[in-house]
Amino acid sequence: MEASVRLRCEADLTGLAGYNFAYLDEQTKRMIRRALLKAVAIPGYQVPFASREMPLPYGWGTGGIQVTASIIGPEDTLKVIDQGADDTTNAVSIRRFFARTAGVATTEDTEAASIIQTRHRVPETRLREDQILVYQVPQPEPLRLMEPRESETRTMHALEEYGSMYVKLYEDVTRHGRIATAYSYPVRVEGRYVMSPSPIPKFDNPKLTKAPMLQLFGAGREKRIYAVPPYTEVRSLDFEDYPFSVEGWDEPCALCGATDTYLDEIVTDDHGGRMFVCSDSNHCARRRAAAGEEA
Amino acid sequence: MYVAVKGGEAAITSAHELLAEARRGDPAEPELSLAQIGGQLTLAVDRVMTEGSVYDRELAALAIKQARGDLVEAVFLLRAYRTTLPRLVASLPLDTSAMLVRRRISAVFKDLPGGQVLGPTFDYTHRLLDFDLARPDGQRPPANEPEPPATTDDQPVAPMARVADILGREGLLQPETEADPCAEVGDITRDPLTYPAGRDVRLQSLARADEGFLLALGYSTQRGFGKNHPFAGEIRMGEVEVQIVPEELGFAVSIGSLTLTECEMVNQFKGGKSLPPQFTRGYGLSFGESERKAMSMALVDRALRCRELGESPGAPAQDEEFVLSHADSVEASGFVQHLKLPHYVDFQAELVMVRDMRRKFESRETSGEENGSERETALRG
Repeated sequence: MEASVRLRCEADLTGLAGYNFAYLDEQTKRMIRRALLKAVAIPGYQVPFASREMPLPYGWGTGGIQVTASIIGPEDTLKVIDQGADDTTNAVSIRRFFARTAGVATTEDTEAASIIQTRHRVPETRLREDQILVYQVPQPEPLRLMEPRESETRTMHALEEYGSMYVKLYEDVTRHGRIATAYSYPVRVEGRYVMSPSPIPKFDNPKLTKAPMLQLFGAGREKRIYAVPPYTEVRSLDFEDYPFSVEGWDEPCALCGATDTYLDEIVTDDHGGRMFVCSDSNHCARRRAAAGEEA
Repeated sequence: MYVAVKGGEAAITSAHELLAEARRGDPAEPELSLAQIGGQLTLAVDRVMTEGSVYDRELAALAIKQARGDLVEAVFLLRAYRTTLPRLVASLPLDTSAMLVRRRISAVFKDLPGGQVLGPTFDYTHRLLDFDLARPDGQRPPANEPEPPATTDDQPVAPMARVADILGREGLLQPETEADPCAEVGDITRDPLTYPAGRDVRLQSLARADEGFLLALGYSTQRGFGKNHPFAGEIRMGEVEVQIVPEELGFAVSIGSLTLTECEMVNQFKGGKSLPPQFTRGYGLSFGESERKAMSMALVDRALRCRELGESPGAPAQDEEFVLSHADSVEASGFVQHLKLPHYVDFQAELVMVRDMRRKFESRETSGEENGSERETALRG
């Protein structure tokens, strides 16, 4: 009798019969947490870790999922976004994965979440110290485009040999009159490591610096973890005479009227009709709700 | 007005219902059983076990059924299951010279102790579609080929020495470096691969690698991209006992046996600065009867040993980082197919930039000179 009650409690805690809480076994979580600690201790440095095969494909968020799985507890509230939105198919799938394997509460409300896993965006709402932002990273190596070899790029990081990155940016300037990188825009963390902020639009880069929340980056296929601890300086690479700048739109969000958010372009018909709406669906919905109350 | 571009939970559920329906096929036809897949699609099962790196015929059969016969997807299913299993113990090194051989051929000797044993092979079959197979068992006409001689029986042949050991006795074949028996063998599922990789983890990666990728790379070495003059020293397939030493017992006990295919390539080598002329080896090992995989693996293993043997690398198959970081089908398939995920945030960023750059370009077209000087300033800056 007692045993069966205990079993049921365990099942409640673990979420999915036959699997550990949040899918990964505790040994694996410990290994990932050790990598996370090292990553926090050396901001921007890519820590190799023994990435596991996950039940979701590589390139679909396995790094972020492993990071989330190793930091999440039963009391956490999880939010998952892809392209800024909670209802994107892959975000739905990952949220469902954790609801199923960890039985944790999930939310679409940015402020209510203790952990936010994201692909390609940083939420518009300013995050707090008690929140963790987990990025899914397809290619953690910012130097990869210049140098395909891991053995080389690791040495380049070790020697702070970032000349080739600046040469690439300079070539952009000579060819296009500007730095022609619109997303995955490289940053330098605390004056030391050059880091890829993951493929977020450069619009989001300024949100990374001196931010109150802990930022963790997981690259499953490439088996790397890195981190930006709270209140760490994150500078987007640029030149004195070609300073970093972000993209802007000529019109406000068609739904909430915001002028300071990242907008998605929605094609509305097949003869050129289009509208621009906030990519962060939760932020947009909250602004609309607030406007409704005022009215 | 607002066009729904974002998919929802309901859409995913419906898609998966469609998938289940498509998997089942025509309900008037009997459903495939795991025993049928395990017993009749044996080579598919072998490949999935090898690349999924779990020796379990039933699970592999289940994965194949669930994956609608897509073997790469089945490998993925099996890997995602495997990764949750505890690592209980490391077995003793398998002794393939004690293999109960069902097939054993050597291309370098006409005859050798134990003889050439063809076993169940596609070799020497004529690849003509056998239309009789299209009919169920009982309705086939009797085969008009002569009965095979009655002397052959299904019993595996007694243990036979490996060709590599025969050659090795003369010192003609480079000995495998004596591994420290106490040294821990690397484990690519527990530690991330770093470069340069040791041969242990290199062979592990190759064993799990996609067969098609290794086949193409192995083939490329034969066509001159990293030529290493291979001979199939020996290919053997059969059952090998797995032994472990439980801590509380202190002596080896057998826990079962595996069907394995082992390939030992013998490669010409003219000698180097510190090495006399001799033959070198490439090694391949796979679960079940995955012979093409084991041979390809042996070719690529030898190609990757180029540095150790003082050969100048240059061909793709000799490039360790290139080979090992792209050989895993689960990684490759996941990343290639992630392109299906929405990328509209990044694309929007590009759109904004390209439109802006085009605006600048067009204004330059109209007032050419001014912009020319502006461009110069940019260059000087």
